[in-house]
Amino acid sequence: MSHLVFLVPLFPLLGFLINGLGRNQLSKASIGAIGTGAILLSFLVSVRLFMEVLNGGGGVDTLFYLFKTTDISVPFAFQVDALSALFLLIITGIGTLIHLYSTAYMHDESAPHFARYFAYLNLFVFSMLLLVLGSGFVIMFIGWEGVGLCSYLLIGYWFKNNDYNYAARKAFVMNRIGDLGFLLAIFWIISKLGTTEYTQVFAGVNNLSASDITAITLLLFVGAMGKSAQIPLYTWLPDAMAGPTPVSALIHAATMVTAGIYMIARTNLLYTMAPFTQCVVAITGLATALFAATIALRQNDIKKVLAYSTVSQLGYMFLGLGVGAYTGAVFHVMTHAFFKALLFLGAGSVIHAMHHEQDIRKMGGLNKRLPHTHLTFLLGCLAIAGIPPLSGFFSKDEILAAAFQASPIYYILGLLGALMTAFYMFRLYTLTFLGEARFHEDEHHPVHESPWQMTVPLWILGILSVVGGWIGFPEWILPNAHRLEALLAPIFARSTALAKEHAHLTHSQEWMMTGGATLAIVLAIVLAIRSSLRAKVNSEPATGLAGILENKWYVDEIYDNAIVKPLQSFADLLKNVIEKSGIDGLVNGVGKLVHYGSRQFRLVQSGQVGNYLLIMVLSMVVFFLIWFNDTALMKLLHNIF
Amino acid sequence: MPINYYIFFCLTLFSIGIVGVLTRRNAIIIFMCIELMLNAVNLLLVAFSKMHHAAAVAAVPESTVGSDGQIFVFFIMVVAAAEVSVGLAIIVMMYRNIHSVDINFLNRLKN
Repeated sequence: MSHLVFLVPLFPLLGFLINGLGRNQLSKASIGAIGTGAILLSFLVSVRLFMEVLNGGGGVDTLFYLFKTTDISVPFAFQVDALSALFLLIITGIGTLIHLYSTAYMHDESAPHFARYFAYLNLFVFSMLLLVLGSGFVIMFIGWEGVGLCSYLLIGYWFKNNDYNYAARKAFVMNRIGDLGFLLAIFWIISKLGTTEYTQVFAGVNNLSASDITAITLLLFVGAMGKSAQIPLYTWLPDAMAGPTPVSALIHAATMVTAGIYMIARTNLLYTMAPFTQCVVAITGLATALFAATIALRQNDIKKVLAYSTVSQLGYMFLGLGVGAYTGAVFHVMTHAFFKALLFLGAGSVIHAMHHEQDIRKMGGLNKRLPHTHLTFLLGCLAIAGIPPLSGFFSKDEILAAAFQASPIYYILGLLGALMTAFYMFRLYTLTFLGEARFHEDEHHPVHESPWQMTVPLWILGILSVVGGWIGFPEWILPNAHRLEALLAPIFARSTALAKEHAHLTHSQEWMMTGGATLAIVLAIVLAIRSSLRAKVNSEPATGLAGILENKWYVDEIYDNAIVKPLQSFADLLKNVIEKSGIDGLVNGVGKLVHYGSRQFRLVQSGQVGNYLLIMVLSMVVFFLIWFNDTALMKLLHNIF
Repeated sequence: MPINYYIFFCLTLFSIGIVGVLTRRNAIIIFMCIELMLNAVNLLLVAFSKMHHAAAVAAVPESTVGSDGQIFVFFIMVVAAAEVSVGLAIIVMMYRNIHSVDINFLNRLKN
């Protein structure tokens, strides 16, 4: 086991500190170099670690103890195995490309803000690396909170715009709701098992009752819902588009939203032992996949379409986790990271070229002007639509095949979602790149292709989007060619042993299903291109069902009316009734009582000296009687008189 | 002579003083009544001091024990004399200001 593992999160942390503290001194070029270099270095270390894991290395490396008591001790330890090493590669690899891209995309910012951006970005990657590397739930939770914080900071990066600040706050609050579930799950595990280390938890899993496991997994899933944007906590992710576009790419591809998938894949044993939770996960995932896909059909902001497509694809991953296809879900995380990062960076390139115009109704005909962006974006669209042999096809096919084995209804609904995915992605592609140009080109600022810092990451991701799926050929195409499954097999070994065996599909069935699905997807694509080319594009709000979809099923409004408004009116009640008449009444009442009492008591001061003397004498007599009212005195007086 | 006589006598003097203070309006009379009360108490102090050691004095006639109260009273009288001069000075000032020594005119502190 190599002791290099601590270097992986160390580099981004150093990058964060240098850029954060030196933001007023450093030049933009050095800021970009430090930010990108930090992630690149940790990528190189990650590659080395991954090689070791491939050769059977890996293990737990304890650096120090966070705290140590007789009942529980929490080590600060990193766990390197196939799952975490794979995530390390995704996070740092795509992170490097996004950092490189950002150096060009954010070039208009002043140096201190440029440094702030890269500092946050490095901190983001650092938190995600902690989350993935931690050998127990506590370290994961630290990273979990860290990515929540960084997403808040980066979504609200342009803090002078109040709408962006609200979006950042929304993301934070939504995440906090999920975090509470995760935290409760950790407490539950500690109270039952007295440890938070994965290896010990999984070793002691037989000491847990079935209801304990169900409760723990459900609470963990609440955390995953918040972080990975599932119904009902997904609304923050589309609003997170307020941040700079590379940040969206980072959130959607490498960090943040994959955290929920990682957590469930990591605790797969618990989930396999809780069939009820698995069912909840699968249904939530499927519902999210379909729901978000319908919304994406009618969005007109280039980034919003991609955001809803991410929500939808995350739904697929949860469907995969729910039906026990853990490898498929992790596979989809990987391929999705490639093509979603590509799509977001492509969208960023378009937005950059269009001088911060994001409405696809005001684009069109960009294929000639942005050749590199156009081609890579097309690759991304094909990959996410699931056209063979691009990467998205393999991972999505694996999830859908597993879903079919669990229940044909899952498969049919999943396929419907895939068709919608193909449709809205090519609607987006057509409106953006094909047809007539629907914008007025400024002579002084023509629409131009982006610089190399932006196109190089696009091409790298484009190639990965094409070939990324080839590490996971399904059994029915090439036997024993699913290298990812072989790699991840040790992680999911106990789950695989526990899972009930499904009737395997025959290869001909697989061919037919895949062929039919691919045909349907191609049809959806053709339909999308034709209808989008013909459609009269105007900015008037749509009516009917389209209008509902354009307004995202009014979910934000429903939340507003069902949760925010009642809470606000409750707060108003507290403020106007309880506070005013209760608390204020009490405080003012004391004041009024003293005021009134002293007004009455003042009359005692009559100014008559005789009265004062009388009161004085009487008081002295009373005082004397009370104070010296002891038996000795009484006896003396009795003797005298 | 039993102590009771002294006590009744002092009590009478003290009560006359109190009644005088409570009923009269002339500041000088009130002042005199206060002196009366003071002297009643003084007298009682001398009496108690003397009677407390009556047995010891009877046994040893030349003993000086029990005379401390009488000496103490002299000091009280000296202090009282000083206090009287202050009190009379206040009354003189009062007369100069309101041309009267009636305490019912001293109601400026009212309300």
